[in-house]
Amino acid sequence: MTLDINKIRNDFPILKELIHGKPLVYFDNAATTQKPRQVIDKLIEYYYKYNSNIHRGVHYLSNKSTDGNENARIIVQNFINAKHSHEIIFTSGATESVNLVANSFGDRYIAEGDEVIVSELEHHSNIVPWQLICERKKAVLKVLPFNDQGELMIDQLDDLITDRTKIIAVNHISNSLGTVNPIRKIIEIAHAKNVRVLVDAAQSVQHKTIDVQELDVDFLVFSGHKIYGPTGIGVLYGKEELLNEMPPWKGGGEMIQEVTFKKTTYNELPYKFEAGTPNYIDAIGLGAAIEYVQNIGIEKIDAYEHELLEYATEKLLSIEGLKIYGTAELKTSVISFLVKGIHFYDMGMLLDQMGIAVRTGTHCTEPVMQHFGIDGTVRASFSFYNTKEEIDVLYNGILKVCKMFAVK
Amino acid sequence: MTINEIQEDIIEEFAGFEDWMDKYAYLIELGTDLSGLDAEHQTDSNLIKGCQSKVWFNASLENGIVKLQADSDAIIVKGIAALLIRVFNNQTPEDIMNADLKFIDEIGLKQHLSPTRSNGLVSMVKQIKMYGIAFDHVSKQTK
Repeated sequence: MTLDINKIRNDFPILKELIHGKPLVYFDNAATTQKPRQVIDKLIEYYYKYNSNIHRGVHYLSNKSTDGNENARIIVQNFINAKHSHEIIFTSGATESVNLVANSFGDRYIAEGDEVIVSELEHHSNIVPWQLICERKKAVLKVLPFNDQGELMIDQLDDLITDRTKIIAVNHISNSLGTVNPIRKIIEIAHAKNVRVLVDAAQSVQHKTIDVQELDVDFLVFSGHKIYGPTGIGVLYGKEELLNEMPPWKGGGEMIQEVTFKKTTYNELPYKFEAGTPNYIDAIGLGAAIEYVQNIGIEKIDAYEHELLEYATEKLLSIEGLKIYGTAELKTSVISFLVKGIHFYDMGMLLDQMGIAVRTGTHCTEPVMQHFGIDGTVRASFSFYNTKEEIDVLYNGILKVCKMFAVK
Repeated sequence: MTINEIQEDIIEEFAGFEDWMDKYAYLIELGTDLSGLDAEHQTDSNLIKGCQSKVWFNASLENGIVKLQADSDAIIVKGIAALLIRVFNNQTPEDIMNADLKFIDEIGLKQHLSPTRSNGLVSMVKQIKMYGIAFDHVSKQTK
């Protein structure tokens, strides 16, 4: 069950870079992951040999690109076990996917006085689109809170849901705290009351096996760049019957069946929601990334990253004055922390000088920071290409910063 | 001393540091030593809010000379603010307005100037320039 980390690290050219003259220690994986050669090569191959606009071309290159794009859709379908490939909509990322659902589902199903529930743990991308649609429709946005460990207070969900609740939008894994949320339970509670659920899997598809049919989730979104794929490509999964009922969100391109000035009819799924020239090369790159992850095995990745998390948690907690935010029982490889007396920006800047890339600030989850009464944290997020030795470098780096600030 | 002469002094000072540790240790020292701002001046109108750190800036015009004070919750940013104060404090609005700021780049702290939402430094320099322009306008009107 062990991974050959040296072999894996060789797949990621960037890991050999020197930053400020020091070997790169990349611990900003929750923001974006690095890309393996297999993905980069696939992008280069398509730009070099096959690039051509998809769907309507009759020539060889267009067919080749179209095949690549549709094959990537099938890779995604199998990856999350969707029933149909046309339930996979390619978007620019998880944020666009949420916006698509908020607008299209919102237009169709949300009326004045209706309610939308989000969790207090959400990334801004899964708050603001809902705020916007609620404002437009004069609906109400309600919040499911979390406790001081960073775990959602699921027992409050039943009371929060009313007969006006239309949808619950919740992340699978919190980007700022690493909490793994009980989405199965949330979906069960919601469905018992005929409420739809959107799961933001941006932080989970790269760590956990996801089966959308088994979960019975209504919508699921994620981004390509967080699962070792290119930027600018993302996925919206939706149940066929829901997507069919929802109106198009953006107009133009392949989403159209027939246009007259009197009336336009729309294409079938998935094209109804893919306006304009789709980002087909990056979709193909995403397919390559998913295949790469599948070849290694999500369970193996998860197990190894958990090992890193435990090692790092124990090591970092031995530093005097260091506090970890987010201590949920179920966590992925994210450690959000502060050292007493040292601002997160100072910590981040000084670690950077040592070649260590961490994220600092609010992580676009201001409500989470407000909950803890802080302005931000330092966040180290690990991937399967990271090592315990790199965690030691982080540990020594933090000690060095503490020394510079003479924290006793 | 002119703004340029002070900048040259700072550049020379930093050239004496052997590595980045010494530079940052000095900034930490400057940040710690800067007296900062009274609570009454830590107002929203004086706040330059970046995603990463908060910076408060207060300026006044006394006898044609600009007086500056600053504070930040991050010590490194406060250290850089201390350098900015050293450069711009007690200068005329016109000199501030026309100053060509080069020292941050030259002392090897360019990353703090990247025009992103990650820090308020670009905004801070912009704000000082704005004070210069505003005070210059006031001085000319009162002449």
